[in-house]
Amino acid sequence: MTRYIVRRLIGLIPLLLGISFLVFALMNMVPGSPTMQYEGNPSIKPADIERIKETLGLNKPWYTRYFIWLGNALQGDLGLSYLNGQTVWKTISSAIPNTLALSIPSIVIAIAFAIPVGVLGALKRNSLFDRITTVFATIFYSTPTVFLGMMMIIIFGVKFQEWGLPHLPVAGTHNLRGGGDLWDRVLHLIMPVVTLSLVSLAGWTRYIRTQMLETINQDYVRTANAKGLKHRVVVMRHAFKNAMLPLVTLVGLSIPDIFGGALIVENVFGYRGMGQVQVVSLQASDYTVAMACVMFFAFLTVIGNLIADVLYGVLDPRVRLD
Amino acid sequence: MATSSTADTQAEDLHKYVFLGQEDRDKLKENPGFYTRAWRRLRKDKVAVASLIGLTLIIIFALAAPLIERWTGHPYTTTNLRAGLAAPGAKVIDPATGESTRYWFGADGAGRDILVRLAYGGRVSLKVASLALVFSVIIGFTVGSVAGYFGGFIDSVLMRFVDVLMCIPGITLLLLISVIFRPGPTGLALVIAALGWTGMSRLIRGEVLSLKRRDYVDAARVLGASDSSIITRHILPNLVSIIIVYASLALPSLILYEASLSYLGFGVRMPDPSWGNMLNEARQLFRRSWTFTFIPGMAIMITALCINLLGNGLRDALDPRLNER
Repeated sequence: MTRYIVRRLIGLIPLLLGISFLVFALMNMVPGSPTMQYEGNPSIKPADIERIKETLGLNKPWYTRYFIWLGNALQGDLGLSYLNGQTVWKTISSAIPNTLALSIPSIVIAIAFAIPVGVLGALKRNSLFDRITTVFATIFYSTPTVFLGMMMIIIFGVKFQEWGLPHLPVAGTHNLRGGGDLWDRVLHLIMPVVTLSLVSLAGWTRYIRTQMLETINQDYVRTANAKGLKHRVVVMRHAFKNAMLPLVTLVGLSIPDIFGGALIVENVFGYRGMGQVQVVSLQASDYTVAMACVMFFAFLTVIGNLIADVLYGVLDPRVRLD
Repeated sequence: MATSSTADTQAEDLHKYVFLGQEDRDKLKENPGFYTRAWRRLRKDKVAVASLIGLTLIIIFALAAPLIERWTGHPYTTTNLRAGLAAPGAKVIDPATGESTRYWFGADGAGRDILVRLAYGGRVSLKVASLALVFSVIIGFTVGSVAGYFGGFIDSVLMRFVDVLMCIPGITLLLLISVIFRPGPTGLALVIAALGWTGMSRLIRGEVLSLKRRDYVDAARVLGASDSSIITRHILPNLVSIIIVYASLALPSLILYEASLSYLGFGVRMPDPSWGNMLNEARQLFRRSWTFTFIPGMAIMITALCINLLGNGLRDALDPRLNER
């Protein structure tokens, strides 16, 4: 097991190098340069622009800069923001916990709802419950995250306030006036987390239902039923455990979608996480920050996939990892 | 289950063939092909038929945009400050001429008719999504079949590249690429396709791996067929149904991608409408008008829903093996 994990971790190195090279090359295809805004400005001398370029390391060809960036990044130095000269780390370090606080609870909630709903749907196939949940799953599966988030804001943020009901804050990570304690942050997280989890919830419920349906038609379940075991025992011990195995892989594979969804949700809710930082930095041509954001998402995805694979091996003794 | 229903229909056909008279026997001799039978199965699926009709109506609505424009008398970029954020169905009177016009779906912040913009936006959104689908199917098929057919070094290089692409949340790269190229609708479709083909290529590769071992492929090779002709004439026809099913299930996510990109301001740019950038505009005004968010959002949702349901129907009709996956 340890050997497998070590081997996989070593395998991640070329993968992450490949991603970083690809993204760096793309960044450098962007027309213009970060100093372009100064070039039309008569009060800034060409010598100053050269000086800025030198400070930012822009006077070298991009492939040289890639290796410089890589060397620095490996030592924990992500460079300077083109926008305000602060270190990139300072810009993103406050956003990282926010993104994690958004995406991890969403995954947990989505799994916590998808499993019982999917399993019940499969056990009581074609019942009213099954039909209603299938309809809802199909609808949510087709709903754009943006639309879902905006309607939540309108209903629970704006309309509830108009109707004098308790309402949720519509944007931000915390209340800027006097807020910022745990409860205030949780209140600000409710709608983003629900939006993000609903999107994956729909797909996962359908998947679990299908898996469970497949499993309860297996021979060993029929055997367990035939030898007179209690229905509950058959379902929980024999069918459920086996049906849940592919879920681990599914969640692992869905991680890019979850972070992609987090990016959108953060922008809908004006929630300051890595996704919003990335959008803002791209709009401002602040490519060092954008690069750090893309690498952050890629890194988490790669690690998430690794965890899913290892977990699969732990849970399913038939899989031999080494 | 589609598997059993196929077997049932076949048994039924056989039963008729054996027990019915000469006329029926002649009728059955025409022996409907694979796609005819699939179409017959699809026609029996009420949900699929309903969503097909729904989708057709949406496409007609989008295609009829100039007619709707003429009918309402509001060109899609014409602003009218008096009509700013008009409610759906509102009548707006011009005090200078005394003429009144109706805004059936209301008007946006600058007083542009939402109904007209919805139709034009539908054109753009559907165009981007369907072009992106075509591009990603072409790229995905080419990469997948080359990797699967030739195997070895080519296969591992191409599949490692797919791994790299699949590790990055698509939208983060999409944002980056659309910043670089500042694309129009066709360019945007290419950008979305540049990332959307990976799943397709894996599926095709897997299928090609098994198809290339078939006897008829060997036979073709023995007869001297070139690699490209084996791929296009002997392997591709066997993949058409899988491609159709996969494409129909991938299309909704392409529509959602376009919507998200345009919403974030990196897709279709104003003043050209798309369903996504209508949502972007509505974002600024959510406190004052909920219909402005609701209408384009519902348009995206219903379209994606229709295609999803149609895709499920197509899957059941065309490929029993993919059923319930």
